[in-house]
Amino acid sequence: MRPITMEQVEEKRAEILKTIQDPTATHEQKVTYLARHAENFLTVLDEPEGLDELMRCDVDTRCICNLFEGEAPYRPRYICPDYEKFLRQGSEFLQLDPPRDLWEALNSLMILYHNVPSITNYPVYIGDLDQLLEPYVAKEDDETVKKALRLFLTSVDRTILDSFCHADIGPKATRTGYLLMQVEAELQDAVPNLTMRVSADTPDEFLTAGIECALRTAKPSFANDRMFRSELGDDYCIASCYNGLYKGGGSYTLCRLLLSNIAKRAKNIADFKENQLPYVMDIMARYMDARVRFVVEESGFFESNFLVREGLIHRERFTAMYGMVGLAECVNILLEKEGLEGRFGHSEAADRLGVEIMDRINAFNNDHQAPYCEATGGHYLLHAQVGIDSDHNVSPGTRIPIGEEPAELVDHLKNINLYQKYFPSGTGDIFPVDMTVHKNPAFVRDVIRGSFQLDIRYLSFYSSDSDVVRVTGYLVKRSEMEKLAGGQNVRQNTTTLGLGASRNCKALDRRVR
Amino acid sequence: MEALVNKIIPFSSVDGPGNRTAIFLQGCNFDCRYCHNPETIHLCIGCGSCLAHCPTGAIFQKDGQIAYDAAKCVFCDVCFKHCPHGSSPRVRRMSADQVMEEVRKNCPFIRGITVSGGECTRWPGFLTELLGKAQAEGLDTLLDSNGSYDFEQDPALLAVTGGVMLDVKAWDETQHIRLTGQSNAMVKKNLLFLAKHGKLEEVRTVVVPDQFDAEQTVRETCRLLAPWLSKRPVRYKIICYRPMGVRAEARETLQVPSVEFLTKLRELALGEGFSDVVII
Repeated sequence: MRPITMEQVEEKRAEILKTIQDPTATHEQKVTYLARHAENFLTVLDEPEGLDELMRCDVDTRCICNLFEGEAPYRPRYICPDYEKFLRQGSEFLQLDPPRDLWEALNSLMILYHNVPSITNYPVYIGDLDQLLEPYVAKEDDETVKKALRLFLTSVDRTILDSFCHADIGPKATRTGYLLMQVEAELQDAVPNLTMRVSADTPDEFLTAGIECALRTAKPSFANDRMFRSELGDDYCIASCYNGLYKGGGSYTLCRLLLSNIAKRAKNIADFKENQLPYVMDIMARYMDARVRFVVEESGFFESNFLVREGLIHRERFTAMYGMVGLAECVNILLEKEGLEGRFGHSEAADRLGVEIMDRINAFNNDHQAPYCEATGGHYLLHAQVGIDSDHNVSPGTRIPIGEEPAELVDHLKNINLYQKYFPSGTGDIFPVDMTVHKNPAFVRDVIRGSFQLDIRYLSFYSSDSDVVRVTGYLVKRSEMEKLAGGQNVRQNTTTLGLGASRNCKALDRRVR
Repeated sequence: MEALVNKIIPFSSVDGPGNRTAIFLQGCNFDCRYCHNPETIHLCIGCGSCLAHCPTGAIFQKDGQIAYDAAKCVFCDVCFKHCPHGSSPRVRRMSADQVMEEVRKNCPFIRGITVSGGECTRWPGFLTELLGKAQAEGLDTLLDSNGSYDFEQDPALLAVTGGVMLDVKAWDETQHIRLTGQSNAMVKKNLLFLAKHGKLEEVRTVVVPDQFDAEQTVRETCRLLAPWLSKRPVRYKIICYRPMGVRAEARETLQVPSVEFLTKLRELALGEGFSDVVII
């Protein structure tokens, strides 16, 4: 382990005291931050040379970001247990027999959730709830099922204090799926996040129920089942914001390229493509390799955690996510440096350059041999990261900057269609829609069906006047943000992120469709 | 065949079921007091009154005619707001093939097209060609009409029309003439003819207090159609008059109806056997 200086120790002590005294943090949030401070005293990773200059530097020149993952990863970032197996076999560690009815099933799930680690210390995936519960609801009438789901989902919202927590439904229509959406529309809670997988076989009626629910409470989002299945096979799930990962597996880590800042380093487009981008991509890949090796080889997680022992997760089903943000700003900066006309989302020149950059990132990733990623062919999966609250002038993933959306939705969708195919481990775009659409949810249905015939992977909609809103990928209640802005502490970590994103990234000012 | 096209809206959620491309043709034979897009009523006579008002030079004179450059346009609408003839210099003459080219750009996100106006049936030959081409490409086809065209006399158009959304502006003929300048005898004939032949998609009435008897209009329309609803369900759209886009005279004199009154009309339609009644 490399030593650290007394000066660094004093800096960290000051940070710890600040955390302890923070009036806007709840007790649980303080415990999480304190654990991170402790972890960050370590210097155990075998980091590539040149990383400091690209990552531990001023925000305006930062080219690599580890999303506060910490210096000694002691669990994978995202863990997606095989909940179906859990309900089949119970758990020795948790002393739970296989459930025999709906009540036992929901109780068992709730218990397991509190034992699924992640980067946030809360589960980022809580199961394909419709498929999981369908066998247990057969004996109960609708009102009983709704009451049970209402209590269950309220518990999830009040005890999983972070909306990077995802449940999935579809692509088949189920009674549980319908009832769950009815309850979600009533509850208007931010947690869990919800995705409906949509295939050509998903009935219109089920998809329409999803749209009507989304226009009331900003969820579910809609995932292109055909695309995910063709890349990841049948056992994929959507976790955290919108991340396609394997059930019974997950992602060790997620780091991201800040493409706009890499563009600033370049003299021109050729320099960007030939020198700057390859240089930064290589260092980030090797940094991720080091993180993966530590969590697999050194942390002991895969030897000691009961989820592994009981076969609810398998090391062989994990991969890691090679992320990026700011393609739009990157393209604009490069075009400007060349003195070329056009802006991202508004010109063919920008489209061509954007696609070429993505092709290069994709080709690099496909050449890089990533350790312990046999599940995904020995490579990482590309990820269009949704941004963080401190990002300035950096748009999430490949999104068009807020305020610059094309006037016509069709042009916006065509732009999205160029880029979403690169990201099996997640990407997505968000559209606030006008109230009149409430009277024509089939409008949204046609947009989704059309998109999913193309290479569009993931779409979210919310009504421009609802309380629950989608910030970048996660959900937040406007009413909770107002409390936080007024200086009160609030239950969910993501409310803090949402407030930052709405102030710094104009996340609530999207063009209404 | 060609027609004068006022505008094309790529995605519309308010011109029929689902997502549709809406095509607005120029010219109308009615002159409704509350018309929300009066710039679609008349054809441009090339007087040039709009030229001086265009802030970007998108409207200009060429070979003695008014020309329009869409690339320069910022869609401020100042040009037609200053048109003394109820027209617009932004109207383009387009062939059915040219319109289809625009429509195709919106596939596969749309399920169909709606041709509106103006009054689209002023261009029957163009319509038949356009709708036939759209249907051949798997798109469904709707017309938005004031009902003044005798559909019975045009089986070729009817064959390529999936459905008609028909305006019933007033039931009483005297009131209809006062409101629109035209009789409604053909509107009533079309209502029955289209319903009988399963070609009626929707009826709509714009509700403006004190301009006509809205209760009578909704009630009588429902009664005429009720026997045919089992053949094809028809939506009744009760549209709240709003002053957007209307002429100054209308803005100053017409009233917006109350929510209670609109709700009462909706209940009236439901009571007469309609099951799909929407207030917009």
